[in-house]
Amino acid sequence: MAETPFIIQEHQFQRIKNILARLCVECAARVVFLVDRDGQPIAFHGDIGDMDTTSFSSLAAGNVAATSSMAKLIGEDAFPGVVHEGERESIYISVIGRSLLVIVFDERSTVGLVKIRAKRTSFEIAALLDEATHDSDQYRINKNTFFSEITDEDIDSLFS
Amino acid sequence: MTFINYASREINCKIVYYGPGLCGKTTNLQYIYDSTAPQAKGKLISLATETDRTLFFDFMPLELGTVRGFKTRFHLYTVPGQVYYDASRKLILKGVDGVVFVADSQDERMDANIESLYNLEENLSSQGYDLKQLPYVLQLNKRDLPNVTPLEELTEELGRKGEPIFEAVATNGTGVFDTLKAVAKQVLTELRKG
Repeated sequence: MAETPFIIQEHQFQRIKNILARLCVECAARVVFLVDRDGQPIAFHGDIGDMDTTSFSSLAAGNVAATSSMAKLIGEDAFPGVVHEGERESIYISVIGRSLLVIVFDERSTVGLVKIRAKRTSFEIAALLDEATHDSDQYRINKNTFFSEITDEDIDSLFS
Repeated sequence: MTFINYASREINCKIVYYGPGLCGKTTNLQYIYDSTAPQAKGKLISLATETDRTLFFDFMPLELGTVRGFKTRFHLYTVPGQVYYDASRKLILKGVDGVVFVADSQDERMDANIESLYNLEENLSSQGYDLKQLPYVLQLNKRDLPNVTPLEELTEELGRKGEPIFEAVATNGTGVFDTLKAVAKQVLTELRKG
């Protein structure tokens, strides 16, 4: 059976957005993403231009999955942070439990600043995601949710 | 794992296309990509070798429409089929909501199909999943080739739990959307069950 769905409620989403907005300013980033470790984008704040955020999230998750496996092969538990430095734009990815904090920044910031700010923020995000996970678990227990009302016709209508 | 965002009213699900090397997993995704309206799809990302063999995964997001006001988006992935990319296959199965096994119908690929199916069961199990409990569809691809194994024989060898089975020719799209619909439907039905 697939895992329990992970549900973000509106108020949790707003809090995440606020945290990302603050972090984006604090570390002078271009854009900050929160991504599920399975590659689903959760939220972002900043200048995305014409970036395909869905593909970006999926690739960030693939990147962390690959480097985490490499870590295990050399006897490390994981690499909690991954940095990619480009000529103009750079990326810092920090693993926070089941999610990834992905910060895209340019020459207006530095890796050091981004790492420090990300670390401080990660505790806040971890607590919020724990809360969302707990609520998601309740979803399975209280089956009388919105989704139990989906009918066969609703599902069929997607494919007509 | 299905991700539901009440703020943006979105349901996101992950479907993985699995199967032996050169069975047509990427061709399935390519056909879906080519046949879908631009507003319903994102980019098709292929992490491939210089000879176009899948190295890590192919990925495309696909929006199917809305269910009760929630946008349903399916994230379609393929795995690399070649035997030595097993570590990559395991990673891609993380958080999967539904699986399509693409079998190569040619006689000489029967052993490769069986090996890949065992590998799928093993890799799912190592992630804590059971194939018998997951939304799952079997696609018998390349039915247009002259040297194919009869349908009954393939079904007997590769069928696992009375799953929906579709004959396909992914290069011209035959069976491609039927397969996708069948697995997507199972995923949404599973979501309804909680």
